[in-house]
Amino acid sequence: MEQVLNQNVIDAVDLKHKKHIRILIITGFVFLVYLIGSILHFDLPNLAKKWNKDRASMFMLDIYAHKDHIKMNWKDPQKIDVRFEGGHRHVYKDDPTWLIRNKNNQSTIVNFDNGGQFVFFPNRVEMRNFPNINEPFIFKLNKNGKPYVDGYVGKESMLPSWMRATENKVEVRPSLYERLQVYGSKVEVHRYELGWKYFWFDFDSPLVGKRFFDAISLMFNEDRVDPKISNFNLVVNEFLENEIWHHNTVLFAMVETLLMAILGTLIASMVGLPLAFLAAYNVTPLSSIRFFLRRLFDMLRGIDMLIWSLIFLRAFGPGLFTGIFAIAFTDTGTLGKLMSEAIENTDKKDKEGIQSTGANKVLQHRFGIIPQILPIFISQSLYYLESNTRAAVIIGAMGAGGIGLHFLGALMTGNDFENVAYMAILVLVAVMCIDTMSAKLRRLLIGIEDKK
Amino acid sequence: MYSDNILGFETIEKNLKALAFKRLIYSFISILAILFLLSSGLTIAEENNAGSFQRGLSKFFDYPVDLFKEAFESGWRWYAYVFKYLPDLISTINMAFFSTLFGAIFALLLSLFASKNLIKNQYIVTLSRRTMDILRSFPELVIAMIFLYLMGKSELPAVIAIVIHTSGALGKLFSEAIENADNKPIEGLQSCGASWWQRVRFAVIPQVVPLFISYTLLRLEINVRASTILGFVGAGGIGEALSAVIQFRYGDEIIAIMFLLVITIISLDYFSRFLRGRLIGDNK
Repeated sequence: MEQVLNQNVIDAVDLKHKKHIRILIITGFVFLVYLIGSILHFDLPNLAKKWNKDRASMFMLDIYAHKDHIKMNWKDPQKIDVRFEGGHRHVYKDDPTWLIRNKNNQSTIVNFDNGGQFVFFPNRVEMRNFPNINEPFIFKLNKNGKPYVDGYVGKESMLPSWMRATENKVEVRPSLYERLQVYGSKVEVHRYELGWKYFWFDFDSPLVGKRFFDAISLMFNEDRVDPKISNFNLVVNEFLENEIWHHNTVLFAMVETLLMAILGTLIASMVGLPLAFLAAYNVTPLSSIRFFLRRLFDMLRGIDMLIWSLIFLRAFGPGLFTGIFAIAFTDTGTLGKLMSEAIENTDKKDKEGIQSTGANKVLQHRFGIIPQILPIFISQSLYYLESNTRAAVIIGAMGAGGIGLHFLGALMTGNDFENVAYMAILVLVAVMCIDTMSAKLRRLLIGIEDKK
Repeated sequence: MYSDNILGFETIEKNLKALAFKRLIYSFISILAILFLLSSGLTIAEENNAGSFQRGLSKFFDYPVDLFKEAFESGWRWYAYVFKYLPDLISTINMAFFSTLFGAIFALLLSLFASKNLIKNQYIVTLSRRTMDILRSFPELVIAMIFLYLMGKSELPAVIAIVIHTSGALGKLFSEAIENADNKPIEGLQSCGASWWQRVRFAVIPQVVPLFISYTLLRLEINVRASTILGFVGAGGIGEALSAVIQFRYGDEIIAIMFLLVITIISLDYFSRFLRGRLIGDNK
C-alpha cells in the first residue's frame, strides 16, 4: 500500500524534529556551562600545582624500594652504624658488603651500584666517582659547628641543582637512589635498593634472607633449624611475626574486614527475605504490616551506612560488630525492598497451581513463590556481598577497625608507604577474589544468566 | 536417551527421587556451612571487639537518645542549624554530581572499546575490560586518601577518586548494555554501508541511552553517599562538618546534619526512581 505524505505531516515531523534538536542543544549547553563552572570551582586547571611532587616521588620510591641508613656522629666518628629504614631496632650486626671500613686512615666507604662512593672521614665527608659528576665534593663542619660545602662558602648559588646548602643542613641527592644529609651533629646517608626487603622474614629471624621457595622447601625439610619446634611451625611463625611488615596484624585485619562484609550480608539476607515476604501484598493481606515494613525498609536504607556505623561505634566500640551491624542494617532495608518487589512481580499461576492441589499457605509460598525469586535473591545477595567488601574497608577506616583503619594509620604516619602499598594490594586482591568467587557461585547456583 | 521411550515410569521416579535426595544433601551442606560461618564469625567478632555484644546491645539506644534529647532541648535554634549546614550539603551533592558526570563520560568511552559487538579486536576488548576491573576494585576511600595525602586537603582528590571508581563501575554496566543491544539495527545499517561511527550513533546509542541514564542516576545516589564519607576523611562538604561536630559532641548539630543527609538520600532515591520510571517507560 502506498502512503501519501501530505505537506502537513511533513511539517509536523519537521517541527517536532526541530523542537527535539532545540531541547538537545539547550541541555547540552546547560551541561557545558555546568562542566566549565565546576572545573573552575574544583580548580582542575591547577591540578599540577597542587600535586606535591616531592611527596609523590618519595611515595613512589618507598613503594618499590627500601633504604638503609648509614649514620655517623661527628663527636664519635668511629662508631658508624647501618640501620634498615633507620629503625631503632634494625641495626645490622655484620656490615653489608657495600660498606668498607679502612682501619689505616680511619675512613669508611659507602659504595653504590653506579660506582659512586660517599667516604666518611673523622673530619669530613667526600663524594667520589659518581657518574656524570666530575668534581669531587667535600663536606665539612666550620668552627661554629655548621656544615658547609668545601670551596663553595658564600657561593651557594653556584652549587649544582641536586645539592642544597642551608645554614644548618647540606642535602645532596645525585639521583633518586642516593642521598646524603650533613647536619651539625651528624651525617646520614640513605642508600636505596629496589624491592621489598625482609618481606618474608624480618631482621632478627633465624630465617632472614630466605626466599619464598626456599622457605617452602624448608617447611618440609626434616632437619630442624630450631630444635624446639618443627620447621613448618617455625616458618609460619617467623613469617607472621615479621616486625617490619606486621603480617600478623595486617592479615588478621583483612580477615576481619572480609568477615564484616560476609556476616553483614548474610545477616541482611537472612533477615531481609522473611521481612520481604511480610511486606509483599500477595503474601500478607494486612496492609498495616505492609505499610510499617515498607517504612522500616525506607528508614534502614535512607540512614546511610556511615551514620549507622557511627551509632554502632558508640554502642559496640571499635570492632567487628560495628561493621557487621552497619552493613546488615543498611542492606536489610535494600534487600528487603528489592525482594518484596520481586515477590510481588512473581507469576500468580505457579501459586494457583499449587493451591489447586490443596496445599496450605506455607506450601504455596514454598513451591509457588520461592522457586521464582530464588535466583534473584541469590544473585542480589552476591552483588551486595561484592559491594560490601569495599564498604567494609570504608567503614573500617571510619573507626570500625579492620584493614581500613590500618591503612589510614599507615598513611597518616607518612613514612611507611611500602606498608600502605602492601595493604592497598591486599585489598585489591581480596576484592577481586570475592568478585570472581561470587560470579562463579552465581553461575553455579542459578546457571548461566539469561545473557543471550 | 529421551528420544527412545525405553524409560519406564519406575526409572523416572527413581531418578527423580535420587535427584531430590541429592538436592536435599546439597541444601543441608550449604545450610550447615552458612551456620558454621555465622557462628564462628560471630565468635571471632565477640573475642576481638572492644566492647562485648551484650553490653553494646543494652547501650544501643543511648547514643541516639542522647542526641535527640539534645536536639530537642535546643528548641528553635535547631532549625537554624539545618540551614547552617545547607551550603555544605550542596557542595557535597555538587561534588557527587560533577564526578558522576565526568565518570559517566569516561565510562562511555571505555565501554565502547569493551563491547564485543563494536570492536572486533579481542585484545582491545580484554584490555579495556581489565582496566575497568582495576578501576572498579579499589574502594573510593583508598584512592581518595592517597590523593589527599599527595595533594593536600581539598575537594579535588575526592572528585578524582570518585571519577576513577565510577568510570570502572559504570563502564562495566554500559558495556553489558551495549552487548545486550539488539544486533539487527547494526546489521541493517552495515548492509547499507554505514561507517563505524554511524552504526554506533544510529543503531546502538538510541537503544542504550535510557539504560545509560538510569544507571548513571543510580550511581549518582551511590556517589552522594560516597562523597559524604570522603568528606569525613578531609575532602570538605557535609562529611567534614559531621566529623567536626562529632568530635565536639554537639548533639543538636549532629542530628541536624544527619537529618539533612537522610532527607537528601531519600529524596534522591525517589527522584531517580521517578526519572528512571519515565525514561524506561518511554522506551517501551
